[in-house]
Amino acid sequence: MPTNKKSQTHSVRTASIPKAPTGIQGLDEITQGGLPMGRPTLVCGSAGCGKTLLAMEFLVRGAVQFNEPGVFMAFEENAEELTKNVASLGFDLDDLSKKKKIAVDYVYIERSEIEETGEYDLEGLFIRLDHAIKSVGAKRVVIDTIEALFSGLPDPDILRAELRRLFRWLKAKGVTSVITGEKGEGTLTRHGLEEYVADCVIMLDHRVTEQISTRRLRVVKYRGSLHGTNEYPFLIDETGFSVLPITSVGLDHKATDERVPTGIPRLDAMLDGKGYYRGSSVLVSGTAGTGKTSLAIHLVNESCRRGERCLYLASEESANQIIRNGKSIGINLAPWVQKGLLHFHVARPTYSGLEMQLVTVNKLIREFRPSVAVIDPITGLTNIGTEVEVKAMLLRLIDMLKNSNVTALCTSLTHRGHDLEQTEAAVTSLMDTWLLVRDIEYNGERTRGLYVLKSRGMAHSNQIREFLITDHGIDLTDVYVGQGMVLTGAARKVQELKEETEAAARKEEMERIKRELERKRLIMEAKINEIRSEYKSAEEELLAGLKEQELEEKNLVADRSAIADMRKADAASDRQKGKRNDGRKR
Amino acid sequence: MSVRAMTARKTEPKTSANIRKAKGGPAKEKTAMEVWDLKLYVAGQSPKSLTAFDNLRKICEEHLKGQYRIEVIDLLKNPQLAKGDQILAVPTLVRKLPVPMRKIIGDLSNTERVLVGLDLRPGG
Repeated sequence: MPTNKKSQTHSVRTASIPKAPTGIQGLDEITQGGLPMGRPTLVCGSAGCGKTLLAMEFLVRGAVQFNEPGVFMAFEENAEELTKNVASLGFDLDDLSKKKKIAVDYVYIERSEIEETGEYDLEGLFIRLDHAIKSVGAKRVVIDTIEALFSGLPDPDILRAELRRLFRWLKAKGVTSVITGEKGEGTLTRHGLEEYVADCVIMLDHRVTEQISTRRLRVVKYRGSLHGTNEYPFLIDETGFSVLPITSVGLDHKATDERVPTGIPRLDAMLDGKGYYRGSSVLVSGTAGTGKTSLAIHLVNESCRRGERCLYLASEESANQIIRNGKSIGINLAPWVQKGLLHFHVARPTYSGLEMQLVTVNKLIREFRPSVAVIDPITGLTNIGTEVEVKAMLLRLIDMLKNSNVTALCTSLTHRGHDLEQTEAAVTSLMDTWLLVRDIEYNGERTRGLYVLKSRGMAHSNQIREFLITDHGIDLTDVYVGQGMVLTGAARKVQELKEETEAAARKEEMERIKRELERKRLIMEAKINEIRSEYKSAEEELLAGLKEQELEEKNLVADRSAIADMRKADAASDRQKGKRNDGRKR
Repeated sequence: MSVRAMTARKTEPKTSANIRKAKGGPAKEKTAMEVWDLKLYVAGQSPKSLTAFDNLRKICEEHLKGQYRIEVIDLLKNPQLAKGDQILAVPTLVRKLPVPMRKIIGDLSNTERVLVGLDLRPGG
């Protein structure tokens, strides 16, 4: 039969089993709606793990929120004690009793006062319970802790038969009941109550690991219903129970394109010009004193300025210290706290276990509904618990923040000597944006450099920026990059000066060369002109000579012909002579 | 027979008519003799209830003749009374007087234990 049921679809199953919501934060999610309606549920666990409280909250919330009156049959505490105990959680039992919403019946049983003299049954108990149920019209019943009967009554055989009858009777009555039982050695309950109450079994646990206690809840079985099977951490505080349903956190969070400015314009510029994505998780890692908290303060300040709520989870500094430190860089967070936009939650991680931290954060997120959360530092949490636990916890934490669309900035302290990009591997894969702030030691000076190691879904800068913490906030400047060197701080300044000088010298040299060239050109031109003028004068002289010769020649010919004419000489010999004269003249 | 007897008792008003006196008047009873005030809680007329009542009467007649009164309370009729005396098991015999209060559960068939439980015989 159960196998058949399993093959059915989820919706059919949930429809087939009516459930009574507990109203307890997280428990209804794990049980997908609450406890089986009209059936008994066994809540077991060792002493002091919160069984009574769980049962009481189930009853009170039933009466207040779901209009289902209830009966609390107590075997361990009397009505007065119970009222006092639950008053610390904000439940007013007296008032509820007066309004006929809850009936408390204290059953006192003392072995030494009882003598057994023959056959008996527990009809008296049934009658009392029935009377109480009728008196308030109860839909819910708690029996806490029925195992007290085993020590109070001498005959366990009768008791077992009667318990069996009791649970059948409760089912027949149609009341949703919670039966608490003490955890036994190797069994769920000391007296094997799980044999009788088989519909739903919830186990509570209170474990202490390395002096830090963690409360956990597990739904051991739930007939005819799906349920979360993990151990879920839970918290008991001034508002009662809260269970953290971790597996209900999935990877189905919405991704927005909305951006959250970092509060540092230059850093925004490095992140695609706009800042972080809303709802993304940002890791700022770096060694001690590199300004991680300052980055966080900037983000908080910027977000509060836009009127968004911020949650600051600090585990190493007090709120006042953070505010003071903010002032030292020119940012005053105090007004945001007064306006209720900024909430500090300060607790040493060792104050409670990992899960407790998780549950606390979950609660804060639900109640305060911040849009930005700062976890400073996330490494503070990793000091408690093993690596596996821490990673699982951080995964849950980040998923939880993402699901709530909270932009989370986590700072992480890396220790000197470790590989800066390796130690955080457990966390970094979960992060969307990873800023690495590292100190750069060079030439007797320590400066800070900031890179965007990764930033999913945006074109981010791959440059190193020098990270300056000034009295007016964080400033990012370009670092000196060139000549195979990266320089920051004073070294950068020195190098820049040096470069400037060199540049000036080079410029001068270039000027000089240019001038030299010009001079050479001028000289060349002068020379050309000189030659040209020389040529000119020579040309003139030669041309003049040529003219003279021509004239002379003309005259000579004229003369000769005139003479010949006069002498009437042999023309041929005269022509010979003339030629001779011509040659001599030249 | 016993059924009738018991029914008759229960329907009687819970007054001094229920008190069985063996010897002496009321004055003597208060000073010299202690009155045993016994309450028997039952749930309806189950065989166990009837057996218990018979056994109780027998024991009282034998050991407390004239010094006891028995009030039979039917929880089915008066369920609110169960809370006052912290009744769980049925039948339960409660010795209200003399103090301290004693509770004896079961059908009282083990006379020895009833006597021990009522402090009529030293324990064991």
